Amino acid sequence: MKFDLKTQTVREVNQALHDLPKDKQAEVEINGISGDHNLAVGMDHPVKITLNGHAGYYCAGMNKEAEIIVNGNAGQGVAENMMSGKVHVKGNASQSAAATAHGGLLVVDGDAAARCGISMKGVNIVVKGSVGHMSAFMGQSGCLVVCGDAGEALGDSLYEAHLYVKGKVESLGADCIEKEMRAEHLEELSALLKEAGCDDNPEDFTRYGSGRQLYNFKVDNTSAY
Amino acid sequence: MCGIVGLYLKNSALESQLGKLFEPMLIAMTGRGPDSAGFAIYGDEVSEDMIKLTLQHEDEHYPWHILAEKLEEAFKTDVSVMHNANAAVLKLKADETPVRATIAEFDPSIRIMSVGRSIEILKEVGLPEQIAERFTLSGMKGSHIVGHTRMATESGVTMEGSHPFSTGMDLCLVHNGSLSNHNRLREELQKEGIQFETENDSEVAAGYLTWRLRQGASVQEALEGAIEDLDGFFTFTVGTKDGFAVVRDPIACKPAVMAETEDYVAMASEYHALSTLPGIENAKLWEPDPGKVYFWGKG
Repeated sequence: MKFDLKTQTVREVNQALHDLPKDKQAEVEINGISGDHNLAVGMDHPVKITLNGHAGYYCAGMNKEAEIIVNGNAGQGVAENMMSGKVHVKGNASQSAAATAHGGLLVVDGDAAARCGISMKGVNIVVKGSVGHMSAFMGQSGCLVVCGDAGEALGDSLYEAHLYVKGKVESLGADCIEKEMRAEHLEELSALLKEAGCDDNPEDFTRYGSGRQLYNFKVDNTSAY
Repeated sequence: MCGIVGLYLKNSALESQLGKLFEPMLIAMTGRGPDSAGFAIYGDEVSEDMIKLTLQHEDEHYPWHILAEKLEEAFKTDVSVMHNANAAVLKLKADETPVRATIAEFDPSIRIMSVGRSIEILKEVGLPEQIAERFTLSGMKGSHIVGHTRMATESGVTMEGSHPFSTGMDLCLVHNGSLSNHNRLREELQKEGIQFETENDSEVAAGYLTWRLRQGASVQEALEGAIEDLDGFFTFTVGTKDGFAVVRDPIACKPAVMAETEDYVAMASEYHALSTLPGIENAKLWEPDPGKVYFWGKG
C-alpha cells in the first residue's frame, strides 16, 4: 500500500493507517514527504511503515507495535512517548528523540541532537552517531546506547536508566556517574547492538548510571511526608 | 513561535531567481508566524559614495517625489526613487546622518526601514503570502535574503514590531524566541544612546547588536557577546552586506536547520521550508550547534 503526501494530507494518511485491519500485518510506503509534522503518529498495531523523505516533528509519536522506518532525517520528538514497536531513522534525529517513551526500540543511524531520551521510561535507544547535550535527563528506565560521543550534562538527575557510551562524554550531569560494566550489562548491551545492526564491540563502551545521591534517593526525606 | 528563513546564493547565476526561490520558503513558515512577515534582501549595490534607503509610509500613495526633491535640494545631488507598494527605495550621494535628519524634519511619519549600500527591508502585518504578494517578492533579484514570519508574544502585532530589524548600515536581525532580560537591557542601551520604537524584545536584541557594532565589534564578536548578555531563548539570523550569520542560544530552545549545495546555503526554522529548493534531496543537511556562531558569505 502506498500513500503520497503531495496529493493527500497528513490527517488523511494517518487516518488511513489507523483504519488498517488490526489482524493482519500490512506493509505501507509513504512518499512525497517534505518535512511534514506528525507522520504515522498513534499507531497501535503491527504495521510496517516506510517513510521516504525527511520527516518533521513528532514522527511516530506514541507508537505501539508498529515498525516505522524513516529514510531520511527526523525532526524534533521522533518516537516521543513510544510504548512498543520499533522506529528506525536512517539519517539524523533532531532534539528530544524518544522523549518520555515507555517501551520499544529507537535506532538512529546518524546523530541525535540535544535531550535524546529525556525522561525515558523504559524505551531502548541506540544512536550510531553522537547525542547532544542533556541526553537521558531524568531517565527512569530503559537503555541509551551511544556509539559516538555524548554532549554536556549526560544523564542529569538520572533514576534507573542504563547509559552506554563508546566515545567521549563532554560532561556528566548532576548525580550521573561512571559505573562498572558487569556481565549482565555486557549481555544487555550486546543484545541491543545486535538488534540495531551495529557491529561495535560491547567491551569498548563505558556504562553510566545514577549515583543515587539526590533528594529522592535519601530515605530520611520520606519523613517530610 | 516565529519562523526564520535565509538563503545565500553561492552561484551568482541564480541571482535573478532569488525572490522566486525564497518566496515559498517564507510562505512555508506561515504556521510558525501568521501575524506579520518581512524580509531583508541584498543586491543592486550602490557605489561607495552613495547610500540606499528603504522608507515606508502608512499611505500607499505617499508622494515620495516631493521628499526626493527636498533631498536633491538639500544635498545638491540626484535622488532616484523606486516605489514598491507603500515603500520606496531612494538612492543618493550623501551621508546617512544628515539624510536621516532631513527626512525626520521633512515628515516624521516616514519610517526608515533600512540604510546601506545593498540592503532593502520590507515588512508588514499580515500573512506571509500577502506580504510576499504586496512587495512582489517573487520578482526580486539579489545575492542573499533573510526573512521572518512572526507569531507575536512580547509586544503587539504592528509593522514596527515585525522583523527584520535594522541594526546599522546593511545589517539586520531576525529572531525566533523570547528574551527575559529585555527591559533592563533596553534601559542600559538607552543610556548608551540607542533608540527604541516598541516594547518588543527582539528590538532590544537588535539594539544590542547595533551598540556592539558601533563600538567596533565584528558581527562574530557582537553575536558572541549576545550569547553572554542576552537571557532567554533565541535563534538569531543576522544579515550583512556579504552574507548571513546564524546563532542559537546555548540551551538550543529554538530550532534551526541548514542546507548546503554547490549553489546555495539556506537556513530555516524547519526543514519543511527548505523542501522546495532545487537539489535539496542531495543537499548537506544539519542542525547548527547551540551557542556557536556560524557565518556564510563572501570573504
